[in-house]
Amino acid sequence: MPAEGDYIRIRHLSKSFGEVVALRDIDCAIEQGSFVSIVGPSGCGKSTLLRIVAGLLDYSEGQVLLDGQPIQGQRRDIGFVFQSSILLPWRSILENVLLPAEVLGLDMKKSRERAMELLHMVRLDGFENKLPRQLSGGMQQRASIARALLHDPKILLMDEPFGALDAMTREQMNIELQRIWRESGKTVILITHSIPEAIFLGDTVFVMTPRPGTIERMIRVDLPRPRTMQAMAKPEFGRIADEIRELFSHTGSFD
Amino acid sequence: MSTTLPVTGSMTHSTTPPAPSASTAAPTPSAIARPKARKRSRLGTKAASLLLLVVLLAGWELGVRLFHVPKFLIPSVSDIAVALWRGLATSPFAKDSLWYHSAITMAEILLGFFVGSAIGLAMGVLISQMPRLEAILEPYVSALQSLPKVAVAPIIVVWMGFGISSKVAIICLLTFFPVLVTSIAGFKAVDPDRIDLLRSLSATPWQIFRKAKFPSALPYIFAGLNMAAAFAVVGAIVGEFVGAQAGLGVLIQQMEAQMDTGGSFAVFIVLSVIGILMTWILRRIQQRVLHWMPQDPTQQQRTINV
Repeated sequence: MPAEGDYIRIRHLSKSFGEVVALRDIDCAIEQGSFVSIVGPSGCGKSTLLRIVAGLLDYSEGQVLLDGQPIQGQRRDIGFVFQSSILLPWRSILENVLLPAEVLGLDMKKSRERAMELLHMVRLDGFENKLPRQLSGGMQQRASIARALLHDPKILLMDEPFGALDAMTREQMNIELQRIWRESGKTVILITHSIPEAIFLGDTVFVMTPRPGTIERMIRVDLPRPRTMQAMAKPEFGRIADEIRELFSHTGSFD
Repeated sequence: MSTTLPVTGSMTHSTTPPAPSASTAAPTPSAIARPKARKRSRLGTKAASLLLLVVLLAGWELGVRLFHVPKFLIPSVSDIAVALWRGLATSPFAKDSLWYHSAITMAEILLGFFVGSAIGLAMGVLISQMPRLEAILEPYVSALQSLPKVAVAPIIVVWMGFGISSKVAIICLLTFFPVLVTSIAGFKAVDPDRIDLLRSLSATPWQIFRKAKFPSALPYIFAGLNMAAAFAVVGAIVGEFVGAQAGLGVLIQQMEAQMDTGGSFAVFIVLSVIGILMTWILRRIQQRVLHWMPQDPTQQQRTINV
């Protein structure tokens, strides 16, 4: 593992909830600007890991360093995208996207401009005054990505953001997310249940296995960018997918 | 006195309005289909219920006249109408007019409602922010809640006298609990993800409260306010029955003493109008504040009488 240039460094991280060990001895490094997918079955602790990096949960043992500084408590420089969009239903789309600016006390005039740019980037021009319930599930999730990027965080953490979407919308969102990531240059950690989604989006795929949650393997994905859905037909893609499935069946994660 | 609540609600203190959610689907095609036909059928329903009223009143009048029912038992519709007209025709400033008594009762209701529900809401906010405090107060709240509040009305009149203040205190007591209990339930029911969202932005507890918890709890709080509005009218009348110098409750007792049942019925009508007016105003405010909640035109409304 390279020591220099690591943006996020996790060392011997463990987390237990009472008796239950959720994470054991997590050790990994993430480069700035890279896209890391974490794939694993339910209960492997991947959400716990993400919440620890977000500062939403504290940890029992080990160290989590962000740019050399230990993560302690809540931070202003992360953007979090949840499983569902969690748009506040009483706010318009624009007001929802502006939420981070209000909470962090940013300049509202500049933030408003930035919000409009972000809404353009997630292809929601013209929807800024609509209420969340007037948008489809995919549009709501795109709005929540815009909200997560408003305060220009260095890291974007995504917790199964497309899990609730139908397969077609999901494919589209994967392509959109790749574009948004390339345009914004953020470091992204994406959690997913879907092996194809993890490979399609990730520079590296962390494969996690449960009981207790550990990172079983880190797999580099050397497919050229920007990737299209045709990349899924490449032999390299199939080889990695097989490797991941092999890991899960070995560790009994498919029972 | 009546208030309307969604069918899903109940008169217990644990009314749970449908939890608002951002992922609510767009209106279903059936809900927006053929608005013209819907409008026509609604007009038909209105005409039918008006017709029913006319039939009922006519039957009443006819029955009373045909069977020579004594006036002090059941007055005829025309007697009630005359009594109401006489009451309304008096000078609003005369000390014994229907207007004067109505104004006193209205003042009690409004004061009691605002003060009682404000205290209930404030306590709800405070308690929801401090789980420890809630655990300490919980047994007292449920004990007090199970006590029928009108039972203490006589004692409150003894303490505070026959003036307006004792009535306001009784109404406060009645309106306090529904608002307290629904607001606590509302703050508890906040989607934890909304709180995590704000925490992920390093929001302060006060910001989390203002931007997520309070707006999320508003549908619950309004359910409590609707109940409180109904209870407020009950409280005013009970308080005036127990002991008062003026108010519609006093007027009813005076009229009953003189066997003026027609007059009593006229007061009932005034009370109904006050109740309907309060419910209507509250609903308008609710619609404005909760404008973001999907309005389901098919949702049945039920009238609950206290």
